[in-house]
Amino acid sequence: MLTLSGIVKSYGERRVLDDVSFDVVPGRLTGFVGGNGAGKTTTMRIILGLLAVDGGQVTLGGAPLTPAVRRGFGYMPEERGLYPKMRVLEHIVYLARLHGFSREDATTRATAILERLGLGERLDDNIEALSLGNQQRAQIAAALVHDPEVLILDEPFSGLDPLAVDVVAGVLQERAAAGVSVLFSSHQLDVVERLCDDLVIIAGGAIRARGSRDELRAQHATRRFELLSSADAGWLRDEEGVEVVAFDGGYAVFDAADEAVAQRVLRSALERGDVASFSPQRPSLAEIFKAVIV
Amino acid sequence: MSAPVRTEAKAPTRPEATLTSLQGVWLVAEREIGGKLRSRSFQISTAILLLLALAGVLWSGFQAGGNEPTAIAATADARADLPGSADVEITEVADRAEAEALLRDGTVDAAVLSDPDSPVGVLILAESEAPDSLVALLSVAPSVELLDPDSASEAPMRYLLGVIFGVVFMMAAISFGSPITMSVIEEKQTRVVEILISAIPARVLLAGKVLGNAVLAIGQILLLITVSVIGLVVTGQTEVLQGLGAPIVWFAVFFLFGFLLLAAMFAAAGSLVSRQEDAGPTLSPVMWLTMIPYFLVLFVGDNPVAMAIMSYVPFSAPVAMPIRLFFGDAAWWEPLLSLAIMLASCLVVIVLGAKIYENSLLRMGARVKLGDALRG
Repeated sequence: MLTLSGIVKSYGERRVLDDVSFDVVPGRLTGFVGGNGAGKTTTMRIILGLLAVDGGQVTLGGAPLTPAVRRGFGYMPEERGLYPKMRVLEHIVYLARLHGFSREDATTRATAILERLGLGERLDDNIEALSLGNQQRAQIAAALVHDPEVLILDEPFSGLDPLAVDVVAGVLQERAAAGVSVLFSSHQLDVVERLCDDLVIIAGGAIRARGSRDELRAQHATRRFELLSSADAGWLRDEEGVEVVAFDGGYAVFDAADEAVAQRVLRSALERGDVASFSPQRPSLAEIFKAVIV
Repeated sequence: MSAPVRTEAKAPTRPEATLTSLQGVWLVAEREIGGKLRSRSFQISTAILLLLALAGVLWSGFQAGGNEPTAIAATADARADLPGSADVEITEVADRAEAEALLRDGTVDAAVLSDPDSPVGVLILAESEAPDSLVALLSVAPSVELLDPDSASEAPMRYLLGVIFGVVFMMAAISFGSPITMSVIEEKQTRVVEILISAIPARVLLAGKVLGNAVLAIGQILLLITVSVIGLVVTGQTEVLQGLGAPIVWFAVFFLFGFLLLAAMFAAAGSLVSRQEDAGPTLSPVMWLTMIPYFLVLFVGDNPVAMAIMSYVPFSAPVAMPIRLFFGDAAWWEPLLSLAIMLASCLVVIVLGAKIYENSLLRMGARVKLGDALRG
């Protein structure tokens, strides 16, 4: 398990990370969410040892990270960079060889991961000849080719079309399922919501929320329910302990004072007509995000 | 769609030990060399360089062997006054009118007529300018006796060697050194350096870049020497080669270490900035260090004290020491001492260069101050 504890980082007078602590658990996808300038990239660069910390430490399995351990990590930097004049396959093979694979192994791996990411047709093209989305795929291949046990990906989904997002998401899930610790940042909250097992929310250099997605949802659950019934839902307004948020014929969204009120409303609704659906409204990640960063 | 690909990718086992520094250095060097050999501009500039060398050799061969005799016309009486010479080819004419006719139609370059008014007894008739060889032939010159004829004939050779060694060293250092700077900046600018540094130590990356470019530089020099030597042999100018063997070997040795010295500086200079546009100011001190020895050898090459000093200063030693060796000005131990100084400064500069490189490689944005880079 990759653990950050009490990470502090300042640029001059400005403190950009303040007591940042969280875990990245093997076998789980951890989403790292925050606004622009919240400290995501700085945190990731610190994990990779590209930046020095002013306090706190990063450990893997309890042991502080050494350069040798970090070399086993897979990293995709925020600002994309590969040699523009190198061919796609050649480039990924080169990176795999830098990680210590023989030329044959490196070629096998690079070909496999590039094909998996949908670049099988472009192996002999120069990097600079690829579209931005395809360069992005090559960049992901660069992070994955040496089979890292820890993956740190800064915005791996930015600039990808929905199909490519699915492919990359699939690859990341496979890696997680094989026991890799995966940390990735993203602005696309819907993707994070769909994909992540764990969430870390950062704002202004401080961690505002962390934990499993379901835990966070439960923590931020409101008593808001949605009712769709055949009868007009106007009666809800007179119900005790109920505050109607939206209302349209048989459709209503309301806040119930407690679980018992909600159950009572459901029973009443069934007495008045057919109920097509009755469900608690689960907070979306966007809602949790807005709730924790203010 | 999950399991099969993953197991396939797993097939080659993950190496237990990551690659050694040496392997890393060689991998980086290999990439530098491969990229350069493939680049069109490198192919073209190498071809131009080889053509220039070949043209130089052929031209000097042509100069040496191509002294065609001057065609002149002479009247019978004037001819008697002309000393015999291989430099002139004489056509006999009856009088001035016939000589003028031959001159005008270009058959001869000049005509010699007898002229009782002249102190030498002849008159040279030419169209617009009298051929120097002919004037010299007919002029009365005082007797000249040289006490030290060797040193006079040495001067042009000294100058020529200075130019050749100087140009080769400077061109190679600039044409292989500045690309190191550019490629360091490119790596910073495209951020590929973050990926590289997460795979290998910065020092390995630096060493690989320097080694790769050194191999290219030396390869190009060897190719140049080979082509020149073959050209000289084919055109029969073997006498130029005599005595040049040992200085060339010394030049190659000094060149190697001199280049490593400069290459480390070029790399360190590149690591200080993040954008190609900012390269100028950090690059110029290194450029000067590369060019100054060349100009010094040109301007003070005939001053033995200056040359002796320069043959020990690491930046000018690759040019100055081989020249001193060629003329036997240096004792046998001098190149060895100079080489030792060179090696020591090479080590110091490489260590400092690596420090600057490591400390500034990941600093983006404004130019990193040299002091900050050294402190880390």
